[in-house]
Amino acid sequence: MESIILFAPLAGSLIAGFLWRAIGERAAKWISTGLLFVSCFFSWIVFFGFDGTAYTVHIGEWIQSGSLSADWSILVDRLTAIMLVVVTTVSALVHLYSFGYMAHDANFREGESYQPRFFSYLSLFTFAMLMLVTADNIVQLFFGWEGVGLASYLLIGFYYRKPSAGSAAMKAFIVNRIGDFGFLLGIFALFFVADSVSFDVIFDKAPEMAAMEVPFLWGSYSAANLVAFLLFVGAMGKSAQLFLHTWLPDAMEGPTPVSALIHAATMVTAGVFLICRMSPLMEYAPETMAFVTFIGASTAFFAATIGLVQTDIKRVIAYSTCSQLGYMFVAAGVGMYPAAMFHLFTHAFFKAMLFLSAGSVITAMHHEQDMTNYGGLRKKLPLTFWAMMIGTLAITGVGIPLTHIGFAGFLSKDAIIESAWAGSNSIASYAFWMLVFAAAMTSFYSWRLMFLTFFGKPRGDMATHSHAKESPLVMTIPLGVLALGAVFAGMIWYGSFFGDHDKVSAFFGMPEHHAEAAAEAEAEPAHAGEIGAVFFGPQNTVLEDAHAAPAWVKLSPFVAMLIGLGLAWQMYIRRPDLPGKLAENQAPLYQFLLNKWYFDELYEHALVRPTLKFGRFLWKRGDRTVIDGSIRGLATAFIPFLVRLAGRAQSGYLFHYAFAMILGIAVLMTWLVLTGGAQ
Amino acid sequence: MDNLLSIVTFMPTLAAVILAVFLRGNDEAAQRNAKWVALIATSVTFLLSLFLLTGFDPADTGFQFVEERDWVLGMKYRMGVDGLSVLFVLLTTFLMPLVILSCWTVTDRVKEYMICFLVLQTLMTGVFCALDMFLFYLFFEGSLIPMFLIIGIWGGPNRIYASFKFFLYTFFGSVFMLVGMVAMYLDAGTTCIAACDPGQTGLLEYTFSTETIEIAGMQIIGGMQTLLWLAFFISFAVKMPMWPVHTWLPDAHVQAPTAGSIVLAAVLLKMGGYGFLRFSLPMFPIGTQLMEPLVFWLSAIAIVYTSLCALAQTDMKKVIAYSSVAHMGYSTMGIFAMNQQGIDGGIFQMLSHGFISGALFLCVGVVYDRIHTREISAYGGLVNRMPVYALVFMFFTMANIGLPGTSGFVGEFLTILGIYEDSTWIAFIAATGVVLSASYGLWLYKRMMLGDLIKESLRTISDMNLREKAVFAPLVALTLILGFFPGLITEIIGPSVSALVAHNMAAMADFEAASQLAATASH
Repeated sequence: MESIILFAPLAGSLIAGFLWRAIGERAAKWISTGLLFVSCFFSWIVFFGFDGTAYTVHIGEWIQSGSLSADWSILVDRLTAIMLVVVTTVSALVHLYSFGYMAHDANFREGESYQPRFFSYLSLFTFAMLMLVTADNIVQLFFGWEGVGLASYLLIGFYYRKPSAGSAAMKAFIVNRIGDFGFLLGIFALFFVADSVSFDVIFDKAPEMAAMEVPFLWGSYSAANLVAFLLFVGAMGKSAQLFLHTWLPDAMEGPTPVSALIHAATMVTAGVFLICRMSPLMEYAPETMAFVTFIGASTAFFAATIGLVQTDIKRVIAYSTCSQLGYMFVAAGVGMYPAAMFHLFTHAFFKAMLFLSAGSVITAMHHEQDMTNYGGLRKKLPLTFWAMMIGTLAITGVGIPLTHIGFAGFLSKDAIIESAWAGSNSIASYAFWMLVFAAAMTSFYSWRLMFLTFFGKPRGDMATHSHAKESPLVMTIPLGVLALGAVFAGMIWYGSFFGDHDKVSAFFGMPEHHAEAAAEAEAEPAHAGEIGAVFFGPQNTVLEDAHAAPAWVKLSPFVAMLIGLGLAWQMYIRRPDLPGKLAENQAPLYQFLLNKWYFDELYEHALVRPTLKFGRFLWKRGDRTVIDGSIRGLATAFIPFLVRLAGRAQSGYLFHYAFAMILGIAVLMTWLVLTGGAQ
Repeated sequence: MDNLLSIVTFMPTLAAVILAVFLRGNDEAAQRNAKWVALIATSVTFLLSLFLLTGFDPADTGFQFVEERDWVLGMKYRMGVDGLSVLFVLLTTFLMPLVILSCWTVTDRVKEYMICFLVLQTLMTGVFCALDMFLFYLFFEGSLIPMFLIIGIWGGPNRIYASFKFFLYTFFGSVFMLVGMVAMYLDAGTTCIAACDPGQTGLLEYTFSTETIEIAGMQIIGGMQTLLWLAFFISFAVKMPMWPVHTWLPDAHVQAPTAGSIVLAAVLLKMGGYGFLRFSLPMFPIGTQLMEPLVFWLSAIAIVYTSLCALAQTDMKKVIAYSSVAHMGYSTMGIFAMNQQGIDGGIFQMLSHGFISGALFLCVGVVYDRIHTREISAYGGLVNRMPVYALVFMFFTMANIGLPGTSGFVGEFLTILGIYEDSTWIAFIAATGVVLSASYGLWLYKRMMLGDLIKESLRTISDMNLREKAVFAPLVALTLILGFFPGLITEIIGPSVSALVAHNMAAMADFEAASQLAATASH
């Protein structure tokens, strides 16, 4: 069954990609979508049938070299099970949605067959993502990691005629590769200290790694910290965290279903998954964990500030994704991996829904993406409006305070904010405040999006507005399914992810670890074979502390949400002239945010151009002038001398003689040696 | 099949002789016949060479298929393969039919062109099979001549300069190797590398002196071994090529005809890496140990330096040529890491680079045949008219970048993994290659393939034809198969590599014991 989940999307991808000419476009689309639904169905069976005991399905050998052994296998534990349902569900729905969205794409000419290619890439992505989440060793995980990167590249650049799409695809791949640079070094360091790449062995050795000092570049570091840090650099790239985030907004060049699947629900969460997967190691890397918290909190804040002023509907959601990923990293950073996974899980539903709703709006508006040209679409697109509304209620965290009743985001986001408050590392309180601020901004930009799009008077091209009509069923059905998740996923699984200690432990298959276990841990620090899907170190009491948080902490995100909503309502419903005035009054700040803190400009001038210039310098000066020059200098001094010796300097055919001469020398020397030496 | 190696080696030359003697005229029929004879000869050679694979026992780390007979001037003709070399033979025989197919459209002096490639194949195969030092030298040096002619006669406008440069650089290196060989012969009294006459020690078992010697006031630690190592190193480093003696390669590639570039990148460069494995490492283990840091740094510099150069190129063939140098940097680094993963990776990288760079040069050839320019700026938007080509080019670009699932990943991964143990600095620098290779690879792809097709000259360009697809198909297949099942290679080379690593560790241990003994004695 696990193999079917894994390979059905691959089969779908290959069939849609290579056989569509034979079986026809429609069949190709239906087969790949059908196989994805099969995969999705089995994933839910695995998810509900999973009893907490991890098991591995071995598929085959991959790289074997000396003590290195990386195999193909499917590891099923709670983390995998969660990711399986997230990935296959969103992917299946996005496949379905694409029937409508990709039906008549203006980026392609009449009669061009681009749809099978699109479905093939989507399925390929799903396969790679499943390889990533089912890996039982870090090399297979890296395989999936790069595979999703490839699929992302292909899909961002799907509209290959648009120069901006090609550039965005390239940027996404290269920025991700900067992260991978760290990831790879992390793998090497891991193999160096643990002499293995499989998770079992690594996790068993994690306590030893904390005590081990290993050299790296100038200094020497605790092995656990070093490895965790390097792996996190990879996670920063994939999950678009601060400094390596620049590719994600540009990735919106891809078709909207792609943004929903890859750049919201699944691929970008791979970094969070990686940190949770490595939790047994992370627990022994306190400095890195503080760094993770710091980056996560800063990203949550930073991306939210940019989201406030963007006018492209997809970019707003993209920055929102970036910001929400920051939340997840904070949760992981303070050691509340279940809360990170909880938010990952709920976020997948409501963010995919937001993107797909945005896609629905964009289709209705003839590929207009600028929100300043929207307005008043509530009546024209009622289903989309309600879907977007549910998504907004979920992401802003609407619910009944101090209870466990609310939209999905209410439960999971509050869980993270409480964890941040309870977190014991030095960055936790910084993270708490950053996240609360970010929550207010999230609420503001989300409601701003709602108000600009669906409320007020229509703006922009009126012809477009008059033609706007609701999307077909294949597009609204996925919205409905995701809406169910966005409403109920939080309430249903709250107990499992963030309930009391026993429930969480049972859900993740963790052994008992606190009070009673701590005593045992003292005696026997190694815990071979007792690690659940995620791991809490003996000192990790964040879960209990978070539950014990005072009421003001638990209320703070709710209050922040209300403030954001109020401001958005004030600025975009009551006084629509206010935003323009504010932008004028606060021009420097506005420009700073509008230009995304000038990161792209900074990188362009500080990195890209100097690199290219340096490359040209090395080639023209290094290769041509220095190396060739000095060798030519030597040659012109040396060759004529030899040639004169041969008495042939009068001839112009220097080259022929040089050739004949060196051959002659070779033969002569060989002969001399062979005859002379043998005596 | 006692003479299998000789048959595989000399079959192409036989065909060359047949062409030279029997084929007359230069009309279309004669040209076609020449190509067919070459294609059949290389194909049959490839099929025969498969027996090498089926008959090869990886567990036996000694030489297999050994042949020995008396030869001229009292020399012996000795051939044989072990785990380190057998796959290079197969790489050569596998690629040559594809190379011949790739020059199907050539019309200029076809007979001579085919003869050059056939003779070249014999010489290249011979390099990997020779078990006698001077036989090796003859093959190694001999291979320069046909390649020199291929560039000099069938090359681009600036071919004379390029072939001259190619020849002088590589020959300059070889002179040192020849001197080294003479010294070795005088010292060891034999030219036999291994599998020698009973009672005679081959060079692989012989230990060259490591006593410190003084030359012009300089103390040479590791003595004879270090000097010999250096002599061989210069030759192999030029061949490989390593930074800073790589500058002949971009020029040679740019001027060489497509088929010449493929052979150059896919096989000729590998002779340098093979030389390290056959001579430098096992014969001068102490020299290797002492000079290791030099190789590491040159390799690391090569990876970054040439990748940056690749970014700056406006000629697409140069991009790939520079990328070749960078990829060979991984190989040398891995080989000298002197551990299982490093050497496995180094060999894997060389083999895989054989298909991938070969395929990339073929990709250049496909559009060059149509538009007759290698300027990147002359292209753009090719995906619109050449979807199959776009797919193939994308595939090999990704393989070159080292995407997991292609053979390119395994080599890169293992070599850096191997080097990490020795130096985190080198691993760090080398790993930047993953960013840089993506940059130049994807940027090249974007400039050539993506965007709308605007340029008038490209309006009527046609996609790949059946022959071209047939050339690419086996390369795609192998790149994928080895990417998913690298065991097919590591299982064959593994035991020989372990033996090599063990051999060098033992030599190091002896050396250290001896120096400690000397140190205590002097006190």
